[in-house]
Amino acid sequence: MTSTLTISNLTKDFGGVKALSEVSMHVAPGERVALLGHNGAGKSTMMKVILGLVAADSGEISVCGAAPGDADARSKVAYLPENAMFHSALTGLEQISYYMRLRGEDSVGAMALLDKVGLGAAAKRRIGTYSKGMRQRVGLAQALIGHPRLLVLDEPTSGLDPVSRRDFYELLDALAAEGAAILLSSHALTEVEARTDRLLILSRGRMVAEGSLAELRRDAALPVAMHITAINGYDADILAAIPNAIRVNDAVHVTCSQDEKLATLAQVAAMKGKIADIEVIPPSLEDIYSHFSRRDGQ
Amino acid sequence: MIARILATAIIELHIARRNLWVVIAVGLMVVFSLVLSAVGSAPIGELGADRLSVTVASLTSLSVYLVPLVALLMSFDAVAGEAERGTLPLLLTYPVARWEVLAGKLLAHCAILIIALVAGYGAAAAIAIVNDPAALSGIGALWRLTWTSSLLGATFLGIGYALSSLARRTSGAAGLAIGLWLGSVVLYDLALLAAVVADNGGSFTKNVFPAALLANPADAFRLFNLTASQAGGVAAGIGGAAGTIPQWQSLMSILLWPVFALWLASAAFRKVEP
Repeated sequence: MTSTLTISNLTKDFGGVKALSEVSMHVAPGERVALLGHNGAGKSTMMKVILGLVAADSGEISVCGAAPGDADARSKVAYLPENAMFHSALTGLEQISYYMRLRGEDSVGAMALLDKVGLGAAAKRRIGTYSKGMRQRVGLAQALIGHPRLLVLDEPTSGLDPVSRRDFYELLDALAAEGAAILLSSHALTEVEARTDRLLILSRGRMVAEGSLAELRRDAALPVAMHITAINGYDADILAAIPNAIRVNDAVHVTCSQDEKLATLAQVAAMKGKIADIEVIPPSLEDIYSHFSRRDGQ
Repeated sequence: MIARILATAIIELHIARRNLWVVIAVGLMVVFSLVLSAVGSAPIGELGADRLSVTVASLTSLSVYLVPLVALLMSFDAVAGEAERGTLPLLLTYPVARWEVLAGKLLAHCAILIIALVAGYGAAAAIAIVNDPAALSGIGALWRLTWTSSLLGATFLGIGYALSSLARRTSGAAGLAIGLWLGSVVLYDLALLAAVVADNGGSFTKNVFPAALLANPADAFRLFNLTASQAGGVAAGIGGAAGTIPQWQSLMSILLWPVFALWLASAAFRKVEP
């Protein structure tokens, strides 16, 4: 299947500072891809290049088969900026009606769209009176107009409460199921972990890692931690039996590499009469993220 | 295309209504027109012109200052304001051409300006006609003043959009707009007059001066209305000094300036990288 978004060797300089260097990536229809990186890693710049707001210095970009910023590309791409802003004198309904007309949609659907993002009751109030979360939902509503083939979402869930976040990802899942490609950036790592198909990690303008969470976990080869709670008095036996075990408060902590995981578990299992409980803690997304970001010298 | 321009015009009208721009523009035009028509009613009789034509001559002098000012005040925020609020990047990702955005804003701002002009001129004309029914013969001059004022307004709206695109920030755009207004409607004429006096009937007065008047949209507007209404005698200064310029030349300037200003605006807007 051809990709909705393809980028190869994208480079962008801002006054001698490399914002993006030699970045390549793709997003397929129906795929949900998360773009991770520190502040200033180049996430927003990359999104602006994809949208045609900022011109690339070199590299090839194809957005729905067109050049970025092309009228054809713009008609198929929806964007949610970080901190979506609107004119404070307009009501949510007026603003969404306007965006619908710009996309050639009938604006009678504006109210239904606002209902969908939970703004139905506030639709006829001025956006100036909205909270940050409500403005973010206006932004989300405009990104849902028509049937975008690619959604570019810059930190879409910032300012949303946990329930709204869940609703938001449900809307995204429905769009992806219809074949829309989704590229979103986020700082909430645990959130994208469960809700996206693939992760991209940008660091200082370079793509330092790409793949599903399982692939990244394997590539990073970070140690696995085990927390063992011994039955009263047996912790000394466990410390003696497992060479790299240490005592932390009342528990015994063991760390081992991915390769040694099963062997270590077997050792632990052999002492099952002495153990009350065991927790196996895989490296978290935060650990994996730090690993790839730091490898680049940060 | 038309739908997108109209959608933009509608949203701009909503904004202008809420920001009280409609009220301010109409209020300014009505108050100044009424004051002028009260003051301007004195010189009748000596000139032999009907009362409305005299009012139109006074309104012409007023509009040269007021129409560009109102147009610049409405337009300086158009692009810089969107950039500063952070609404511009999102708008530019929509399938709408940049010139369509400007055309929509122009349509809305022109509509407001025309409402203000009709209200202001209408009030002044009503007073003239009530006081002297013979003033109805000056209705042609009033109509001419109205459509040329609209074109003058469109010119300065376009220039305002261009400044707004160049400045990127509303404070900068406001400064540029005020500077341009002072320069084009006040200092420009003063400088020309000073040069004419210094030249004392030389080649500057004969060759450069008429072209310089035509090059300035505000001066072309004044020239056209004063030479057309034969009430030029009431107006002092530039209007009287350049009676030799044929009317078609000032008309061309009035017609071409809005087109040029809009081209300038869309060229400047195209260069804006949000």
